[in-house]
Formats: sequence, structure tokens, C-alpha cells
Amino acid sequence: MKLDSMYQDVILDHYKHPHGRGLRDGDAEVHHVNPTCGDEITLRVRLEGTTIGDVSYEGQGCSISQASASVLNELLVGKQLGEAQKIQETFLELMQSKGQVEPDDAMEEVLEDAVAFAGVSKYPARVKCALLSWMAWKDATAKALSEEAKTA
Amino acid sequence: MTQLPGLLDTEAIRKDFPLLDRQVHDGKKIVYLDNAATSQKPRQVLDALSAYYERHNANVHRGVHVLAEEATALYEGARDKVAAFINAPSRDEVIFTKNASESLNLVANMLGWADEPYRVDRETEIVITEMEHHSNIVPWQLLSQRTGAKLKWFGITDDGRLDLSNIDEVITEQTKIVSFTLVSNIMGTVNPVETIVRRAQEVGALVCIDASQAAPHMVLDVQALQADFVAFTGHKMCGPTGIGVLWGRQELLEDLPPFLGGGEMIETVSMHSSTYAPAPHKFEAGTPPIAQAVGLGAAVDYLTSIGMDRIAAHEHAITEYAVKRLLEVPDLRIIGPSTAEDRGATISFTLGDIHPHDVGQVLDEQGIAVRVGHHCARPVCLRYGIPATTRASFYLYSTPAEVDALVEGLEHVRNFFG
Repeated sequence: MKLDSMYQDVILDHYKHPHGRGLRDGDAEVHHVNPTCGDEITLRVRLEGTTIGDVSYEGQGCSISQASASVLNELLVGKQLGEAQKIQETFLELMQSKGQVEPDDAMEEVLEDAVAFAGVSKYPARVKCALLSWMAWKDATAKALSEEAKTA
Repeated sequence: MTQLPGLLDTEAIRKDFPLLDRQVHDGKKIVYLDNAATSQKPRQVLDALSAYYERHNANVHRGVHVLAEEATALYEGARDKVAAFINAPSRDEVIFTKNASESLNLVANMLGWADEPYRVDRETEIVITEMEHHSNIVPWQLLSQRTGAKLKWFGITDDGRLDLSNIDEVITEQTKIVSFTLVSNIMGTVNPVETIVRRAQEVGALVCIDASQAAPHMVLDVQALQADFVAFTGHKMCGPTGIGVLWGRQELLEDLPPFLGGGEMIETVSMHSSTYAPAPHKFEAGTPPIAQAVGLGAAVDYLTSIGMDRIAAHEHAITEYAVKRLLEVPDLRIIGPSTAEDRGATISFTLGDIHPHDVGQVLDEQGIAVRVGHHCARPVCLRYGIPATTRASFYLYSTPAEVDALVEGLEHVRNFFG
């Protein structure tokens, strides 16, 4: 059934048991909203040199947006910035594929649990939900880096 | 099948709406419960649209050829039909716009450029309510920002009604315009027009009514409302998109300045200045949405042939049944009036902690079309501390069986996320 392709068990599991939820110390904070549905996220990034020390977040939204933030936390914390950016770009590519990209082994290796969102890309109205936290992360990281550049 | 008093012969009516036969998601018959967003269109309207384009298409006014005359007669004929539909004292009080948003923006801009006694400035106040659609909030915020006028509003009670307890403090001698919705697009609340109009008239304020969610569903009599302006849109009342209406009192339309300038709205033009055509043309710059107006005329004929009072009775019966059935669903909370009294056929609700997006998605899989989100009425969601709602909205072709399908669908949603 199509519905199951969107609501993979991995997604529902992250939704019910989110990783790293709650706001903690960070170098930069952003607030992103999805104006069409009112979903919101406040997200902080803490860098340790070129490593992502923490991504903490708080927000409200549907299972897809909440699960996506949880997966992001699990996937990116502890990664080198360059590697994290690659994961983000790969995730973006998958989500913008309109269901046309069948994740291969290489993609699965990069995205791990985030591959479960492949089914969501078939639903244009829900792609934004899945991308909300990822766009917030990208924004917050850029902000943290520019703060760092200013103080350096 | 559930029989309720006051129901229309939906079996016959549904035959007029080709889309209602549509199947989605591998053979599931569509259950269309998103009528507050837009209605489906009867064959009579679709035929009027194609007949116009196939046989009569031309630009309106001033043409001397037969097609231009036919197109003009059809376009102006639609104005007559709409005028009769809303009991306007004069057909010249009916202005065609693109939609209700444009109608409301038109009123705000007429007042924004007006001289005394209509002038809105930093000494004056604009009054709206917390339950407005964004289209009846943002134009007034813009007018307030541009003129310095103070924007005030009525709050909402826990039960989804306007809180008019402080009406004398909200509407004062400084109030120039009071603009409010007749029926809430998110909660279905029918507002007490008379109380608000009486107070506005006491202080000499103009009254603008957003009737977008009223015109499709009940008898709309602009004279009985005693308002100065009434706005609504065509596509929610069986008409096509791209056509809206602003009704305004004749002397106001004569006094107030035009907003959009262009062809059709003028009397004479020189390189230095222009004089304007009388209303309604003064407010209809450029080629109007001709086919859409013709389609709206056909929609008005269609609704009138059934009877707006009978449509209202049908929807009341459906609403009463839907409220009762929905309240049987565990963890379901209706946002808005929890009875069918003084409410239209639009019901918003939350379902436990399940996000409306997820509710809507699982319902869609069963062929049930509802709307999820803040419904362009975000202040209402903020008022009740919720991010969004699921909204089911009914119309003249809705059936008790569709209410049952929704309730069953919600059970499925609960199981899925349980």
C-alpha cells in the first residue's frame, strides 16, 4: 500500500521516540516555519572545530517533520562538517526526486535511516515537512560559521 | 442509509457534479469534504463556460459586432443574476473582482485614498476580529500601517464565538470601518451581524462583511444585513475560480475613489487627467473575467433553482449529524461551536496528538478529501494553542454516508498512529 511507503516503520519509530529532542547550548539558533501548515522548528548547532558537537531542536509538526529532525540529529552529530554537508545534499536530492530516485547501496550508505524518506518524495505536499529541519540545520550551520569567522 | 429531516435529494443533485463520480487511489470513490476551500462545479456551470467560449467569446463593452454584443449581454446578465441573488437594490452596486481577497483589498484601498468623511488616518480606528481569514486581516494591517490608523479586534470565546462583551470599547467614535466575517472559514461560527452593525451605525462607522463562507450556503440579503460592503467569491458557490464580487452601497461607490486605473473604468482620458465611469465600471479596470462571470451567473441560477433556504436546511441537518458523530470519536476535540446552532457546515477538529497533516494523509489514502493546516486563519490556531486543525466542510451534495466515511476514516487514523 502506498501509505506504508510513506510511513515506514523507521519513520514512525523516530516520530514516537525522537532522538536528541530539546534545546541545548549552541553556537547559533534559527527558527524555521512551514507557512502552508504552521509547522515550526527552533534548531541550534554547536560546533567543535570542524566537527558537529550537537544539533538540538524543539518544534511542532507532523510525524514526517518530527521524524526527520530526529534522523538528522542521529545522523549528523559527531560528523565532520564536510561529510554532514554531503549527507544533507544527498537527502535534498532524494527528497526533490519526486519518487524517481530509487536509493542504491551508495546512497543508503550515506543516508542510513534517512533513506526511509524516499517514499515521502512522492508526495509534493509533504516534501517540505521532511526538509524543514534539514534546511534549518543548513541555515544554523552557516550562521555558526559566520559567527566564528567574525570572532576569529 | 441514514435519513435526516431537511435533506435534499442528493442522489439527483450529485448527478449534476461529474467530479463526484471520480475515483482515486485504486478505485476508491472520492469523498469530497473540502468545500470551504472550493466547491465542485455542476454540469450547468461547465456547460455555460464552454458555450461562452465556443459560441460567444469576445471582449465586452464598446464592440459593435454581434459577438461583442453577445459577450457584453452575457457578462452584464451575470451581474443582474448576482444582484438578484443577494437582493441588491441596484445592479450597479455589484462589482466583479477576481476573488473575495481582491474585493476586501478594494474596500481597504478605496478608504485608503478617500477624502473626508471616509478618510482613514492616525486619528481613526479600524476594527476586525480574531476569527478572520487572512484576507480580511492583512489588507487592514496594510491600511493601518500606511495611514497610521489603529487596528483593533474582537477576541474569540472558548466556544468559538466572537467575544462582544467589550463591544462599546472596541467600536468607538473613532472607528471608521468594521470588517468581519459572516461565517468563520475555520470554525463554521455564524456571527451576530445585527449586534455589530447596530453598534457600528451608532458611531457612524462603515461595515464590511466577508460573506465568502455564507453566500454559498444560505440566503444572502445585503439589504437585511444593513452592511455597507459585502464581499464573496464565486468558486466556493459552484462557480469557476477567478471571479469574486464586491457589493457596495451606491452612494459610497459614487463618493469613493477608484483603486485600479485602466481601460473600462474611465469616462474621458487626456494626458493630464481622467474622469471616471460610474460604478460598477469605475472599479473594474481592464478586461474583466468574462467567462468566469458568466459561469458565476450559471452557478447562481443553479443554486437558486434548488433554493438557498433548502440548501441551508440540508447543511444544517448534515452538520448536526456530523457534530454528533464526530464527538463519538475518542480524543476528538472540535475547535469552534460544539453544537449545530448558529454554525455553518464547516467543522475543524484535532485528534489527540496526531498532527493534522498525518490525519489528512491517512484520510486521503481512503479517498476522503479534507483540509489540514491553519486554513488562512492562523490567529484562531494561536488562540486555541494548536498548530493546525483538520477541517471537514460540507455542501449541498454532502451525504450522511460521507459523514460516516469520515468517522470510519478517523478510526483508521487512530489505529495507524496508535
